Amino acid sequence: MLAAGPRGQPVPGGLMPPGARRRGRPPAALLLIAPSIVFMAALFLWPLVAGVTQAFTGPGGPTTAYVRRMADDPYFWDATRNTALLIVVLIPLQFALALAMALLLRQRPRFAGLHFYIWVVPLAISDLAAGLVWLSVFTDRGYLNSVLDHLGAGPYAWLSFENPSTMFLAVVVAELWRATSMVFVIVVAGLQNVPRDYDEAAAVFGATYRQRVRHVLLPQLRPSLQVALILRTILALEAFAVAQALTGRNFPLLVGETYQWYYQLQNPNVATAIALVVLALSIVAAVGYLRLMRGQPGMHG
Amino acid sequence: MSRRGGLLVQLGCIAVTLFMGVPLYLIALAALSSRESLNRFPLPLLPTSLSGETMSTFLRSTGIVGGLINSVTVGLGTVALSLAVGLPAGYALARYAFRGRDPYQLALLLTRALPIVVLSVPLARIFLDTGLYDTSYGVTLLHTALALPTTILITSAIFLGVSREQEEAAMIFGASPLRAFVRVVLPQALPGIAASAMFTFVLSWNEVLGASILTLNRRTLPAQVLATLADSPLAFRFAGGLALVLPALVFIAVVRRYLLNMWGTTLR
Repeated sequence: MLAAGPRGQPVPGGLMPPGARRRGRPPAALLLIAPSIVFMAALFLWPLVAGVTQAFTGPGGPTTAYVRRMADDPYFWDATRNTALLIVVLIPLQFALALAMALLLRQRPRFAGLHFYIWVVPLAISDLAAGLVWLSVFTDRGYLNSVLDHLGAGPYAWLSFENPSTMFLAVVVAELWRATSMVFVIVVAGLQNVPRDYDEAAAVFGATYRQRVRHVLLPQLRPSLQVALILRTILALEAFAVAQALTGRNFPLLVGETYQWYYQLQNPNVATAIALVVLALSIVAAVGYLRLMRGQPGMHG
Repeated sequence: MSRRGGLLVQLGCIAVTLFMGVPLYLIALAALSSRESLNRFPLPLLPTSLSGETMSTFLRSTGIVGGLINSVTVGLGTVALSLAVGLPAGYALARYAFRGRDPYQLALLLTRALPIVVLSVPLARIFLDTGLYDTSYGVTLLHTALALPTTILITSAIFLGVSREQEEAAMIFGASPLRAFVRVVLPQALPGIAASAMFTFVLSWNEVLGASILTLNRRTLPAQVLATLADSPLAFRFAGGLALVLPALVFIAVVRRYLLNMWGTTLR
């Protein structure tokens, strides 16, 4: 450790053979990150600026025509309502289930490895695939109705637009199935950092299991839960292929409407306008969570 | 733990495993049933009439094999490009203190909050102008952009885990920094990098919306399935579902060991 810099820069000249170049060249770190900066500027910043331009500029200069066209479409408001409803119902369910799963696994059940594998498989399943998987269950002549039939109950049109509540239920179940594993993995990783002694100490002093979860584990898990909450909400805002696979356009979601406007209606400007609404909602959600969490006592950041 | 508590834990685990596992069984069952048995009602719940007919019809449909090839091309391209751009940056984050390090890291985190849809539609316009529209290069670029922040953060976590002393020792004995990296750091970091590469591949394999918007004829598999969804029979959709799910089973089986590290540490 002869010439370690402040954060231990490897050999800034000191360990090089004498006479090696040490004149004013750009720092190595900058050279290493430069390609990624260029890349991200080209593929994040540029489209973002182009998108705002696209949504607010018509053939004859600046216009709000596209935004008005978006707002005049009844599907847009349905989609906004459905997206909000999905998030409000789905996220709490998802966190409750993920926490329960993590706590179950912490008890070191038998076949823990097998359980863990099955529980995290959906992590690598796309929302389109999840929609198709659950389509086989909920479709009119699908597996759920087959089971009901075996039990002597009549078939039910789960995905019919006449039954909006079961249609919503199907989308929630499919999303719960697909995306809970992500929260689960984050929570399990967070739990690994909670020393078992804390838990055991609380138990020695007579804390019940419920008390230990509430006062020992949950506070320690907070940073993990925060990240998971922000990520999941933003990702849930982007859900669309699940609903598309299960219900077509009967259960419109915001991102699905972008797809419709771009594809079926061939209007990229309105599509971009809706996309910007999704972006705005993502930002509002992220900032909202951060402010809310900062307000809590005992929080940092 | 009491005996009753232990039993409850077992039952809870089994219940969750059934919820997660039964749909996988059902989609496999549906996709591997003959067309004739899919038309029956009630559907058989046990694999009594297995047949490759549904899957092979699916594979022979227009655009499916092409989509499969495109998906693999785009996936491999995304892995290569995101590693080429991301590895050096991850290394820099792990090893150097430099001005702008914190804003750079913050920018990486922020880009992950950017919905794909916001990028895709304007990118389609840009790609139309630059001749990248409807090519696998265009989709590869978009997927690389999506994967890059995660790749950088994951690889920097991996490099942090490789001891710097060994690298310095190699250089004391006259190895150039590049040689020290290739001979000392890379072999130790390789398993982690491989896991990260697979993560990138799956991200690309699963991405539907951007691939749908950026292509017309050269669609990836999910984009092809989505585009023909409305006018295809149920059997086709089930087969498509299984085709999209299978790689997930393999992927998770392989990277299970790295999962908690990758998602756990880099997300926080």
